[in-house]
Amino acid sequence: METRAEPTRQLVRLRGRSYVAFVFCPVVPIVGWLEEIDATLARSPGFFFGKPVVLDLSAVELSQSAIAHLVTSLEGRSIRVLGIEGVDAAQLTPSLPPLLTGGRHCVIQQDKPEKPEAKPKPTSLLLDSPVRSGQSIIFTDGDVTVLGSVGSGAEVVAGGSIHIYGTLRGRAMAGVNGNPAARIYCQRIEAELLAIDGYYQTAEEIDASLRDRPAQAWLEGDIMKITPLN
Amino acid sequence: MAKVLVVTSGKGGVGKTTTTAALGAALAQSGQKVVVVDFDVGLRNLDLVMGAERRVVFDLINVVQGVAKLSQALIRDKRLDNLWLLPASQTRDKDALTDEGIGGIIADLRTRFDWILCDSPAGIERGATLAMRYADEAIIVTNPEVSSVRDSDRIIGMLDSKTVKAEKGEQVKKHILITRYDSARAARGEMLTIEDILEILATPLLGIIPESQDVLRASNVGTPVTLNNAASAPARAYTDASRRLMGEVIAMVVPAERKGLMDRLLGRRAA
Repeated sequence: METRAEPTRQLVRLRGRSYVAFVFCPVVPIVGWLEEIDATLARSPGFFFGKPVVLDLSAVELSQSAIAHLVTSLEGRSIRVLGIEGVDAAQLTPSLPPLLTGGRHCVIQQDKPEKPEAKPKPTSLLLDSPVRSGQSIIFTDGDVTVLGSVGSGAEVVAGGSIHIYGTLRGRAMAGVNGNPAARIYCQRIEAELLAIDGYYQTAEEIDASLRDRPAQAWLEGDIMKITPLN
Repeated sequence: MAKVLVVTSGKGGVGKTTTTAALGAALAQSGQKVVVVDFDVGLRNLDLVMGAERRVVFDLINVVQGVAKLSQALIRDKRLDNLWLLPASQTRDKDALTDEGIGGIIADLRTRFDWILCDSPAGIERGATLAMRYADEAIIVTNPEVSSVRDSDRIIGMLDSKTVKAEKGEQVKKHILITRYDSARAARGEMLTIEDILEILATPLLGIIPESQDVLRASNVGTPVTLNNAASAPARAYTDASRRLMGEVIAMVVPAERKGLMDRLLGRRAA
């Protein structure tokens, strides 16, 4: 007797699993409903791409060809219909998505669209030309550095410190967003007004011995101190 | 290539009109085709200094409004064939100037002349901003005293923001011209020194024009100072400045006090 190796029979396992799908409930007029879909797609293109979508046609009375037309229109929008519910089995042809029953309501976890990583905002401003009289430089996000002088009648306002590689003849206001640690540095101090976090000193109060020398101004408590650098 | 050059200052009375006339005449004398344009609508002076006040028929505002053609408004100088004047209106004021109108006139002048010198009015309002709007280069006239220097600084800031060139990201080429420089007072420390002025304004120096009675004499007879008395100190300084504008490199001479023999003997100061 010949032994024949019987091809091992694969057991076909059938299991039940439940999945979450988006359910579209078209309403009359279908054309208007399709326009709403288009508007949603315009706002977030490709939102439904690759997502399982079920059509619930219980709210509308559609003929077989109308259902087929609707499925085709959705496919034209890259929306693939996984199944249809809310219709008689007789209305669906084999070429249409199968009838689904027994769907249960559940909450959909919305995939938040990925926000593009916000570029870190620059925290210092560099000016490589002098600040002229009448000009106003306002940078509340951080330090300001000026490669040049600040003219009489000009002002520099910064959320952080102010560094002037030149003569300060105008106004400098540092730490404007409540930053008492901010300082003002300059190579020659002939300032009209210095302010740090709201505490200010006018030119008259600046000691004459400090003039024409590199200086820095900072807050100690609520008193502004101005001292020579080196 | 035509060059549009604005003579401006911010402060009034520092010598813009004198400078426009003197430089215009000096450039024309060296063969360039020059037009000087008066932007001081309502308070025109360039026609007086050029000696053309009795020949003004049409003016800048007439051309802006299309009432006259540019060729009808241009006045040829009697002494120099290639020097022309476009006067301002005396009966109107600076509100009559429009950006498009001036733009069209400047474009037209560029096709006819080598140099277009715009005499700006004082201030920072419409007349001054329109005078500088289409400029390629600027001469900032400054007296060696604090208010003039601060106003010049303001004007330099505006040249870097309110001109067509600045809006395109290019730079208007700027020169400082120090006028009414009195060497005796500078020596006594009563005037800002040249170094102080240049340190504050941070812009290259074109020339130093000494204080002189010749300027007043020239404007009283209606002649640019470079034509009236070419040997005088201001005339020579203006001529040097015009040559520097054309690209020559000339050593800067700080005007010193010049005393005549009798004055020296008698210990008198020169006027």
